[in-house]
Amino acid sequence: MRADRLVLGAFLALLLLVPAILSPYYVTLLNYIGLYAMVALGLVLLTGVGGLTSFGQAAFVGLGAYTTAALTTATDLPGWLAWAGTSPWLTLVVGLLLTAVVAMLIGSLTLKLSGHFLPLGTIAWGISLYFLFGTMESLGGHTGISGIPAIGLLGWTLDEGGEIYYLIWAFLLVAMLTTHNLLDSREGRAIRALKGGRIMAEAMGVDTSRSRMVIFVIAALLACASGWLYAHMQRFVNPTPFGVHIGIEYLFMAVVGGAGYVWGAIVGAGVITVLKQWLQNWLPSLLGATGNFETIVFGLLMVLVLHRAREGLWPILKKLVPVRAVRKTIDADAEPLPRRTLPKAGELILEAKDVTRKFGGLVANNNMSLEVRAGEILALIGPNGAGKSTMFNQISGVDTPTSGEVLFLGKPVAGHDSREIARMGMSRTFQHVKLLPTMSVLENVAIGAHLRSDKGVLSSAWRLDRAEEARILKEAARQIERVGLAEHMYEEAGSLALGQQRILEIARALCADPCLLLLDEPAAGLRFKEKEALGELLKKLRAEGMATLIVEHDMDFVMSLVDRVVVMEFGQKIAEGLPDEVQQNPAVLEAYLGGVE
Amino acid sequence: MDMAIALILSQDGITNGAIYALLALALVLVFAVTRVIFIQQGEFVAYGALTLAMMQSGVLPATVWMLVVMGALVTVLDGGLALKAGQGRRAASVAGWNLGYPLALAAAVGGLAVNELPLAVQVLLTLAIVVPMGPMMYRLMYQPIASAPVLVLLIVSVALHIAMVGLGLLFFGAEGQRTPAFSEFSLELGPLMVSAQTLWVLMVSVLLIVALYQFFERTLYGKALRATAINRVGAQLMGISPTLAGKLTFFLAAFIGALSGVLIAPITTIYYDTGFLIGLKGFVAAIIGGLASYPLAAMGAIAVGLLESFASFWASAYKEVIVFTLIIPVLLWRSLCSHHVEEEE
Repeated sequence: MRADRLVLGAFLALLLLVPAILSPYYVTLLNYIGLYAMVALGLVLLTGVGGLTSFGQAAFVGLGAYTTAALTTATDLPGWLAWAGTSPWLTLVVGLLLTAVVAMLIGSLTLKLSGHFLPLGTIAWGISLYFLFGTMESLGGHTGISGIPAIGLLGWTLDEGGEIYYLIWAFLLVAMLTTHNLLDSREGRAIRALKGGRIMAEAMGVDTSRSRMVIFVIAALLACASGWLYAHMQRFVNPTPFGVHIGIEYLFMAVVGGAGYVWGAIVGAGVITVLKQWLQNWLPSLLGATGNFETIVFGLLMVLVLHRAREGLWPILKKLVPVRAVRKTIDADAEPLPRRTLPKAGELILEAKDVTRKFGGLVANNNMSLEVRAGEILALIGPNGAGKSTMFNQISGVDTPTSGEVLFLGKPVAGHDSREIARMGMSRTFQHVKLLPTMSVLENVAIGAHLRSDKGVLSSAWRLDRAEEARILKEAARQIERVGLAEHMYEEAGSLALGQQRILEIARALCADPCLLLLDEPAAGLRFKEKEALGELLKKLRAEGMATLIVEHDMDFVMSLVDRVVVMEFGQKIAEGLPDEVQQNPAVLEAYLGGVE
Repeated sequence: MDMAIALILSQDGITNGAIYALLALALVLVFAVTRVIFIQQGEFVAYGALTLAMMQSGVLPATVWMLVVMGALVTVLDGGLALKAGQGRRAASVAGWNLGYPLALAAAVGGLAVNELPLAVQVLLTLAIVVPMGPMMYRLMYQPIASAPVLVLLIVSVALHIAMVGLGLLFFGAEGQRTPAFSEFSLELGPLMVSAQTLWVLMVSVLLIVALYQFFERTLYGKALRATAINRVGAQLMGISPTLAGKLTFFLAAFIGALSGVLIAPITTIYYDTGFLIGLKGFVAAIIGGLASYPLAAMGAIAVGLLESFASFWASAYKEVIVFTLIIPVLLWRSLCSHHVEEEE
């Protein structure tokens, strides 16, 4: 038996026994912790993993609670909606749909913008909905709605704390399992790339705006389900628990517990809920006044956590439980991922025609032309400031030329975003390494295969993606072995030396099965032996028909490897030809060594 | 609605809009220089207004003690560092400004019969108490994590906001306060009665905006802040201390906040938690300016003020909802204009 399963089993058994052992007071407390943890779980996904945040989660809880409250207590529903009021389970569906629509609306307004627009947008949304609940007569105004029926389940009526307890914790555990599964999948890797790796992820074909939307909607749905449970537990709703300040409290739970960890949600909800109970009893008598003084402690506690333990409590607790992380296994029998048919050797892959790029008065690229054919390695070299990186950006579609055009497989690159270009078969590495330092080498490389697979969020969440996942991991492992990083496969990518990180980027690019590889200074920081190995790899790829464009400073490396060289200076091409010819070219010698007087 | 009502509503809207404009300017400034989203701006408004109100009712404002505590903490931290580095004179100066000054102020406010002092002195004392909390707050709460991601800084701001609201309740109680107007006269413009306080608000706002403009265009410190806003690392390499820039920015923001509070206290009743909504309306205006453009933010603020006052006439229950929904078209427009994917800091 694995140690982690043993610990989990003990926890579940304990949960099962709680209503039999503890007094109703503690059962109620645990009910609240479960409800809050569900909302906090959404924020773990959104804030800790995705690097976004929302202060409007309480409003989504309110949306779930008020939807079911209004529908199940209404006596005069219009005919087309009458079906919905008959059972709480139907109102759950209605609430979830409504929440999804609202979340998508808010998301489509804010998610394309910088990350801080979402929290600001959700504050506004939270306040607006709170005032709406409070003023709409049909929703009972500030007095709220009472007489909400209890939930019926298979003939049982869950009208006592000890009964709905099981439903709440079942919901929470299912939500945790789903989130855990989702994060450990193709979509999960895309989501985990959102925090600090968006440009890289886009270059690997991940639609990061969509991934942001996905986690925002999931977080909203979790909050809505929590609200539904809340309404049927309390049998009464009013606007108070759904204001912006409660939304802030949810965020505190996630951060205090450990925003990057699924279990952090329970820890955070537990700590804050118990602390709040205790402070509410204790502070007013200490301060000699009545009011919600616990916010003072919470606020300062929060700052302390962010100063001293930004990862929250869970990583600290985790050290106390002797459970080791389980390594991913590579299934050697998994079917290989489909490959694209590579163009025939000698076929024209990339063609830049008279590319000019001006930044105001500065001409960074002037009438640059070059071409790369299948089965060939072309080097783009030149002194610092020659305009190589600008040219690289024009080719990879990051920037658009002022005039001239770049054709990839006969189609213009300009006007397409990085994702489409990746889909067409161009794959790149970055001059300043872009990888996800806390993810393993294997998972970093697996991001490269994003476009070669298509299982979505739902299949990931419910583990219907395992066959495809095995194929992705096998492909990633194959590319890692190919570039010679096999012994580091399970290490954190951030722990590798810079040279190895560059090699990792090549493995990731290869994992996308490209027909054109763009390498930005791949040999920088490599030792002699590593350079030799990299040279061998690139030669092998060339033999397979890969077209490679390489921007490099290391002349020995370039001259012994490539087929042709293009030399740039002051934004222009000053020479082009075989390595030996170029080395003799007077213009090149002058550019690199200075003129001969 | 007739012309007279429209004029009165416009007057209200522009008055409030002027305050929102000041707050929006402070928010844009703080965000540009320090990347902090200054949610607790509103609390400085409330602290300013309520500190003045407490003085006028003859009670020693509890904010003085908050200043003393914050100053003591700064003294321990910065003075300790200075002593460790063997800079005795520096340590003495830190202690003088952060401990000596608040204590002297507490003694002055406690010793004088502040409710009998002229209004101008009361206002000055209020600013003297509330404004230094800004740079102290930067020192204690933000400086240790100045390079953290925007998201972390935002969460710290929110945490400080709720802590300050809680403290506000403790200091000032749940009762709302209103201070007497600065002067009693009013001006008759056709059908419109313009109160003196409205003129005060408009005059001070315009003066402050002009002063800030001069500060940023003409003075070395203003230029240093602008440089930091444009490129933090570059400014640091030119010898501009990010810590100084942060403290100076927070000083300006706290000043604008507290002064706004003093200005509107005679117009609206201020409760310990009123600041949040006022600050957020400044935010809506700042968002209209994309958290970057000062003129757009100021115009946005006037629009927010006008929308609010007309909304309170037509649908007063939905006033807040309407104001906060104003950011939707703004966000939509910005969203449609943005194409490229950017990496978050």
